[in-house]
Amino acid sequence: MTAPDTLLSVRDLRKWFTIKAGFFGAPKVVLKAVDGVSFDLRRGEVLSLVGESGSGKSTVGRAVLNLEPPTAGTVHFGQALISDKSPDQMRPLRRAMQMVFQDPYASLNPKHTVETILSAPLQIHMPEMDADQQREKVAAILSTVGLSPAHARRYPHEFSGGQRQRIGLARALMTNPELLVADEPVSALDVSVQAQVINLMLELKDSLGLTMLFISHDLAVVGHISDRIAVMYLGRLVEIADTDSLLTRPRHPYTIALLAAAPNPDPTRRRKRQLLLGDIPSPLSPPSGCPFRSRCYAALPACAQTVPDLRTVGPGHARACIRDDL
Amino acid sequence: MIPVQRPPVLEVENLDIAFNTKSGTIHATREVSFSVRQGETLALVGETSSGKSVTCLGLLGLTPPPPYCQIGGSAKMTTRDGTVHQLIGRPETDLRRLRGAAASVIFQEPMTSLNPVHTVGEQIAEPLRIHRGLSPRAATARALELLDLVRISDPRRRLDNYPHELSGGMRQRVMIAVAIACEPALLIADEPTTALDVTIQAQILELLSDLQRQTDMAMIFITHNLGIVAEIADRVMVMYAGRVVEQGDVVPIFTAPRMPYTRGLLDSLPRLEPGRPRRSLLRAIPGNVPDPTAHPPGCTFGPRCDHFRAGLCDSAIPPLEQTAPGHAARCLRLDAIANAAGVSA
Repeated sequence: MTAPDTLLSVRDLRKWFTIKAGFFGAPKVVLKAVDGVSFDLRRGEVLSLVGESGSGKSTVGRAVLNLEPPTAGTVHFGQALISDKSPDQMRPLRRAMQMVFQDPYASLNPKHTVETILSAPLQIHMPEMDADQQREKVAAILSTVGLSPAHARRYPHEFSGGQRQRIGLARALMTNPELLVADEPVSALDVSVQAQVINLMLELKDSLGLTMLFISHDLAVVGHISDRIAVMYLGRLVEIADTDSLLTRPRHPYTIALLAAAPNPDPTRRRKRQLLLGDIPSPLSPPSGCPFRSRCYAALPACAQTVPDLRTVGPGHARACIRDDL
Repeated sequence: MIPVQRPPVLEVENLDIAFNTKSGTIHATREVSFSVRQGETLALVGETSSGKSVTCLGLLGLTPPPPYCQIGGSAKMTTRDGTVHQLIGRPETDLRRLRGAAASVIFQEPMTSLNPVHTVGEQIAEPLRIHRGLSPRAATARALELLDLVRISDPRRRLDNYPHELSGGMRQRVMIAVAIACEPALLIADEPTTALDVTIQAQILELLSDLQRQTDMAMIFITHNLGIVAEIADRVMVMYAGRVVEQGDVVPIFTAPRMPYTRGLLDSLPRLEPGRPRRSLLRAIPGNVPDPTAHPPGCTFGPRCDHFRAGLCDSAIPPLEQTAPGHAARCLRLDAIANAAGVSA
């Protein structure tokens, strides 16, 4: 049911959290972290999810891996429907889909050596490997991510932030996955080290044929690494397009504002920016109609009426906005 | 551009900050010298352990007392009434009179720098009552004006809010209101937008620039984000492993950096301009920031530098050399590198 070159197909994904249970008949408060998100991820491509805090980008990442079962909607991985599978049913599939986390300090167990950390996925997913094979695999992957096999005996605290993120990547690669979900993998790193890790991810993508869902708030990083970019706001996709198309001709007012707000490292081109007013509204009480209308400089009264659908505005370019003149 | 004749607000010379720890003395900064003039923004740029934050903490006496931390050098601050104060070695009681009145700080994380058990209004009024001796009523009235000045919507209601009731951007606005309450001559902003979303970051940067224009305060802006530096700085000071490695006006720093580290930082940035090659490898700086307890001999950037020459760069620490009026860089091979790049030295 999905095209053969589609690795991941997400349809109308919703993830709602109940914040307060009904107590003495009080109404339940539902936080719609993700509310109707659809996209396809083609084999070998890097799709980035961009958005500010509270946009739901990380929740999408966790829901597509079925780490948190979605409230509604479907996720297909290859031909398999995975969104209704139990954790036990997911386990054989997990080998092919791995995750890299933001904080390289919190996501590695400080009591374990790198060898233990890296062989854990092998023991779960490839129990047929004997100890020697595991050791070889650990050494091979450490070289792949630019560390030395001698690092296997060390503990996480002996490494710098950039090296720890390499270990996090190595762990994700142990089982030869097809899909990598990377949630802000370079945000905690120093500038000089960030470029090293971006380069490593680009190289690994090519050499291992990885497909990546890259989650980030940093437009410059996303613009550099992605084939396509999806912009999220308050749990919805507002625009999705090829990277060049999105950066050169953004069609949604929020994307335009995000691009304008990103600081540009060129002091000869300072400009007066189109500033968005106010904060992201609380996801507990989003505005009616278009979720962005409360901060939008192009909002019309009609924007409060209905939630705009994601509509195609060009080849591979879709956006959710009723202002056709923009 | 800022005319050169503006009076300096802060003049720092040879600031050395050293921490005595169980595993020996760690030199957090060495020979840091700079000045900031009225109405000017100096951006202090650097990565982890470059010494950029500790420089400012040390100046304001916010580092631990001796013997845990030793501070050497001199720092002269001129307040708005023209009085000159020496900050280094000053007793805590004197510094306390200056902090929050003549010089204020905004930190990165507004949630941890605001007191969770006091209302926003109380926290803005506090420096006004302490430093200016305002009555509670007058201080609250001024707090209301300040909330309006930092463009918080519905300021009257916000006075009675607690920090947890505000968003991150609003908390940072409150922090700014507290910091500027006594119209300081110097505002130090230590990564004030790092915890914020980009659209909120843009609002805060705009607000700080506007406030600076209105009050003519000097600003030291500490950040690792070169995009922000390009947006707001008049002058830039790049630090690496506790030393100033390059300083100058913002445009030459970005268009013609002299120290290989500065150039490396700029080259390693992914950029948004259309037409840039995408999905290509970035020119990353190899290696990692050195461990503060084990600096390499000679130039601390040497082991990561493309232009490293054994026997030269690892033999002595290069001096900070003037390369043009108002521009200095710390590298022994400045001329060789400039010639190789076809730039006139």
